Amino acid sequence: MAAAHEKARCKTDGVIAGLVPAIPDRDGRDKPGHDQVGTATSFAPVTRNAVVALIDLANPTRFVALVERVLPWLVAATLMAFAFGLWGTYQAPDDYQQGATVKIMFIHVPNAWLSMFVWGMMSAAALGTLVWRHPLADVAAKCAAPLGAAFTFLALVTGSLWGRPMWGTYWVWDARLTSVLVLFIMYLAVIALWRTVDDPTRAGRAAAILTLVGAINLPIIKFSVEWWNTLHQPASVFRMGGPTIDRSLLVPLAVMAIAFTLLFVSLHLAAMRNEILRRRVRTLMLTQAERAA
Amino acid sequence: MDLGPHAGFIVGAYIMATAVVGALVVWVTADHAAQKRALTELERRGITRRSAESRPLKMKEPA
Repeated sequence: MAAAHEKARCKTDGVIAGLVPAIPDRDGRDKPGHDQVGTATSFAPVTRNAVVALIDLANPTRFVALVERVLPWLVAATLMAFAFGLWGTYQAPDDYQQGATVKIMFIHVPNAWLSMFVWGMMSAAALGTLVWRHPLADVAAKCAAPLGAAFTFLALVTGSLWGRPMWGTYWVWDARLTSVLVLFIMYLAVIALWRTVDDPTRAGRAAAILTLVGAINLPIIKFSVEWWNTLHQPASVFRMGGPTIDRSLLVPLAVMAIAFTLLFVSLHLAAMRNEILRRRVRTLMLTQAERAA
Repeated sequence: MDLGPHAGFIVGAYIMATAVVGALVVWVTADHAAQKRALTELERRGITRRSAESRPLKMKEPA
């Protein structure tokens, strides 16, 4: 019993030390020669548990099972957050300058935040694909792209609808608006790339490179309002010195931001589950074709 | 609730957000149903994963 326990512990430590041998590559082969990288003793117990949990999630079957368990709770949390957020939006006072149009802010800002957050997440997943070869990294990136495109589209459209009464125009080719439009086009490019290349492994690598190149746009979007002249207002929530928005507007805005973020997480996990099932179907159909040949 | 002279822009923004979020939810739900249907169809034709094939063998009584 003790020997078995010790063997299991060593196996776990080996997984932590190596990382790669526990995660077979996409052809199902373990990669030799990577199992002597570092030692398990260099990890604190909490870190080690986190790493083991991450490795466990690399197993698509376990990931799908986890999603099935977690998704109902996430959906419930999302609905509750939207209920509170929309109630807060309804109760929020008009802005002393912008009047009732400030209510557009409660959907514009969360979508603008998510448009950048999703690309940031895709960039982290791109590193997971190219550097660590995590089996679910390209699944995460692929499934996030349409969601990010939808949020960016909403940020652009709601921004235009807010701009017309406040600025007197739906659109102006200034740095903030143009850089967000570029982000939207890059989302479409990533989606197109995934649809163009049939093999998920090759498509994943190409999309990962494009995603990392596109990440250059994120600081440009963030600081465009400070670097260049623009109609868009400067940062008023995430800024040095704290938010400049009154608490009566800031609280419902924060709740709506949480609600949209929960919505993204729910949809993303569900889409990842779908993608894993799609790849399972693809593999089975290829197997069938091989048997028939 | 009085939305003032720009009510059309405010309502339009919320309708657009609802439509896009609704479309995302429908897309993810329909995609899940389609993949489950495809997997069920393949299983019905006897095409299963190796892990799924090995499961019944474990259940066999020893001879």
